[in-house]
Amino acid sequence: MEERLVMSDITMGAMAGHAVPHARAVVYNDNVIRKFTIATMFWAAVAMLVGVVLALQLCWPAFNLGFSFTNFGRLRPVHTSGAIFAFGGSALFATSFYIVQRTCRARLWGGEALHNFIFWGYQTFIVMAALSYVMGYSRGQEYSEPEWHLTIFLVIIWVAYAIVFIGTVLMREEPHIYVSNWFFMAFILTVAVLVLGNNAAVPLSMYSAKGYTAYSGVTNALIQWWYGHNAVGFFLTAAFLGMMYYFIPKQAGRPVYSYRLSVVHFWSLVFMYIWAGPHHLHYTALPDWTQTLGMVFSIMLWMPSWGGMINGLMTLSGAWDKLRTDPGLRFSVTAVGFYGMSTFEGPVMSIRSVNALAHYTDWVVGHVHSGALGWVAFITFGAMYYLVPVLWNRKGMYSHKLMAWHYWIATLGIVLYITALWVAGIMQGLMWRAYDQFGFLQYSFSESVNAVHPYYVIRMVGGLCFLTGTLIMIYNLIMTVHSSTTERQPAVAGE
Amino acid sequence: MFIRQETVEKNAILMVVLTLIAISVGGIIEIIPNFTIETTIEKVKGVRPYSPLELAGRDIYVREGCYVCHSQQIRALKDEVERYGHYSLAAESMYDHPFQWGSKRIGPDLARVGGKYSNDWHYGHLDHPQALVPESLMPRYAFLAETPLDTTMIGRKLRVSRVVGVPYTDEQIADAKKDLLTQADAAADNEALLKRYPKAVQASGKAGEPTEMDALVAYLQVLGTMADFGSVEPAKIRR
Repeated sequence: MEERLVMSDITMGAMAGHAVPHARAVVYNDNVIRKFTIATMFWAAVAMLVGVVLALQLCWPAFNLGFSFTNFGRLRPVHTSGAIFAFGGSALFATSFYIVQRTCRARLWGGEALHNFIFWGYQTFIVMAALSYVMGYSRGQEYSEPEWHLTIFLVIIWVAYAIVFIGTVLMREEPHIYVSNWFFMAFILTVAVLVLGNNAAVPLSMYSAKGYTAYSGVTNALIQWWYGHNAVGFFLTAAFLGMMYYFIPKQAGRPVYSYRLSVVHFWSLVFMYIWAGPHHLHYTALPDWTQTLGMVFSIMLWMPSWGGMINGLMTLSGAWDKLRTDPGLRFSVTAVGFYGMSTFEGPVMSIRSVNALAHYTDWVVGHVHSGALGWVAFITFGAMYYLVPVLWNRKGMYSHKLMAWHYWIATLGIVLYITALWVAGIMQGLMWRAYDQFGFLQYSFSESVNAVHPYYVIRMVGGLCFLTGTLIMIYNLIMTVHSSTTERQPAVAGE
Repeated sequence: MFIRQETVEKNAILMVVLTLIAISVGGIIEIIPNFTIETTIEKVKGVRPYSPLELAGRDIYVREGCYVCHSQQIRALKDEVERYGHYSLAAESMYDHPFQWGSKRIGPDLARVGGKYSNDWHYGHLDHPQALVPESLMPRYAFLAETPLDTTMIGRKLRVSRVVGVPYTDEQIADAKKDLLTQADAAADNEALLKRYPKAVQASGKAGEPTEMDALVAYLQVLGTMADFGSVEPAKIRR
């Protein structure tokens, strides 16, 4: 009851006004949210573990073990799909279902069976996709590797997700749709459009898991990066901004800084992001006009991105002291900082002449991880630290000390990771284009491979730190649910 | 034109519709013209569909995720052209379903690796990369030499390729398996094959027992060798 009113204040404070105090209690469906929360933390551990294994393989190729199914090429999509779709996806299902019910003051639309179908269907999709990669089935397009039959399965689940989410919004008691839900709806719709557009393929036969992509060469590349960059833009950005717009105000106990800014932020972000894909294809056989459009819109994205960051950070005005007492909020706020940093770095890298140096190097990998670890994972951790005690009806986290340990070890991990790859990536780029005094290329390719080895080791250590932090978090969350110290005391009369 | 945000955020369906419009504009303007503008893919002689063995090799290349470490796209930059050869033309990947341009060079670009090394080098290198290139980070692919190539689907692979736009002839589809076995066999007479697939490189396999390694090597050996650059006018390429 109390929680609902606080949220309602925040919602309305940020919006045009007209708070309508409602007394009727809504019973939320938190079952499916609890399941997705567990899945989020499980897949976090799996995806990051595979990431560390891959980093080891890049340090010492003997870790490939020589089996087809343990080789880097087959495991890499397990890591990327695991991090983006299994960990990130489960976190988005959990938080979007949580947020949409609270901010609409409506129970999740549809029956428990439909919600369970979404949960188990999505988990099955993830497991089948991961198995198919290691068994040698891949569409061969990054972040879009599941073959045609798995794509169809995913589309069915996604349609169910859209129906449940939009259905809940339609059934809302709040007159206004809260800003988080704008972002979640844009994410659900755009991901559907992207997957349908990019995954068009013709199967070899109805009984074969293999299919051939409908597009070829240059148009295939363009559509792939229209998909690929907007997987970042809508899956990893817009949707997680939805998370930010709910949990930071909740954790800080303050309304969103600026309603107007969130309106501008939303519409400019969804309009501009979709254009940015061609910056992945500078100086390639893609026509120059398309490259230029992609670059221009990438640079313009600076504004909505920083507008969002400012809106998130300024929400803390008057509540900055809570950073000292709430380690969960520390994760969320650091996440917004990393969001600002990687959305600054991205447009810089999309400038053609910078991209000439950065493309094909580890700088890009470092950039992705400053976003994936710093923004996506941290905002998720902040949300999970908030959600788990609420969902399991505990009075708080088991250990604030372990949360602080997690925070610092994970931050150290990110810093090691991205600085190592900045050095490695820029070094690769400079070595590949270096000329000696006689006008010949100065370095062979293998010399650049040798040169980055120490930085690959540092990157692996950084990843290991991050994984360690996640394992600490999982322990802490399990103890929060099971320990007797976090049980709620029976209410005292008069409270 | 201007709809008040207050109206939009009270109407979920309106919001859904406006969001769909907002996300469609960019895609439509950027993507559709590339299908319709004639100069997107320049006219270059020599680029042909993959031979059946090369196509089987391409599928192994995709299956093993080679594209996550090797690009096949030489950018129009001086150092890349000097290191790898003529920058990649759109026409050179017009029969690639999917495209293999890649995004990361953990290993070198392979767009023009064809003919750069001997068959023996490729077989040895795939078997144990570090034996030939000590610095290499590449995993061993020795198992490819021990895995017989599945040839049952090859005719279908050509046929489905034709469905998605690769101009295989009826004759090429009918003879797919025969052509595959011919190209895999080091000692076979390949005159008819070369007529259908000019510049196809014989693999070093045994008669009647093609391996996955044979297919992958045949694919690697043709990469970047098809285009006839004598027929290309530079002014027409750079747009």
